[in-house]
Amino acid sequence: MTPPTETTARLSPAADSLRWLQRLGEVGANRDTAIAELHALLLKAARFEVDRRRAYLPHLRSGDHEDLAQQSADDALVAVLAKLDQFRGESRFTTWAYKFALLEAAVKVRRRAWQGREVPLEQEAWATLSAATAWAGRSAEDAELFTILREEIENGLGPRQREVLVAVALNDVPIDVLAERLGSTRGALYKNLHDARRKLRTALRERGIDLQGEEER
Amino acid sequence: MSDSGAGRGAPAALARVLGFDQPELSCEECFDQLDRYVELYLAGGEPDREVPGMRTHLDGCPACAEDFHSLRDLVAADREAEA
Repeated sequence: MTPPTETTARLSPAADSLRWLQRLGEVGANRDTAIAELHALLLKAARFEVDRRRAYLPHLRSGDHEDLAQQSADDALVAVLAKLDQFRGESRFTTWAYKFALLEAAVKVRRRAWQGREVPLEQEAWATLSAATAWAGRSAEDAELFTILREEIENGLGPRQREVLVAVALNDVPIDVLAERLGSTRGALYKNLHDARRKLRTALRERGIDLQGEEER
Repeated sequence: MSDSGAGRGAPAALARVLGFDQPELSCEECFDQLDRYVELYLAGGEPDREVPGMRTHLDGCPACAEDFHSLRDLVAADREAEA
């Protein structure tokens, strides 16, 4: 019986990760082979993401889905190779690499789904806010909460905080789509959203709204 | 992150507006820790103790929550295929 070689035996997660890093760090044909295998891994992840979000892209032809997956894998490969020195071994290398392909694919799908669509206007958000505050059938208190929240959103937030909160939290605009429209980043806009939420919670407390009670109702 | 967003009392729509009054990671920190968090989650460990602030961020950021769900499901499918 032939003993298993390194390539045929199942490696431990740590050994498998080390092997990926070693092969990607070589020069010549071995590295080329490793890069091709890495691209195949990333393409698998990108196809997984595009497939599960296919319902958001009903207008695309079948070949367009594969194009999106291929572009995502290509972009993820560049990102992974550029960040190899940031892999800390806290997960399997494959898990670490997957997240880059999933991110690239998710962002591309969201942006393609919203291509040519207007970001909903601020006024359209108030019905959503009204529904959000009227959830326990306590009409008088719900109406007061709605009125105060609307006032604070309109008057208590800065323009960018209001824009991001209304788009993302009330109108369900994907944050990547909004970032592209505003020439910003997901992280920067989430900071705006985080600050807006904190400001609203503080303002509601100062106006006598018991947020703990609201959350526990 | 619907499975962890439940149980905090506030309805999802109101929580989307107000978020949660707890420390949370940024989107960049979330992406940085996502692979570790997913593996802890799938191993039945204590991801929320090991990566404080992640759960609150996933509950407040729909895009990062989608990234979490996708990575969790993809890695879980790999593990099933390996078994």
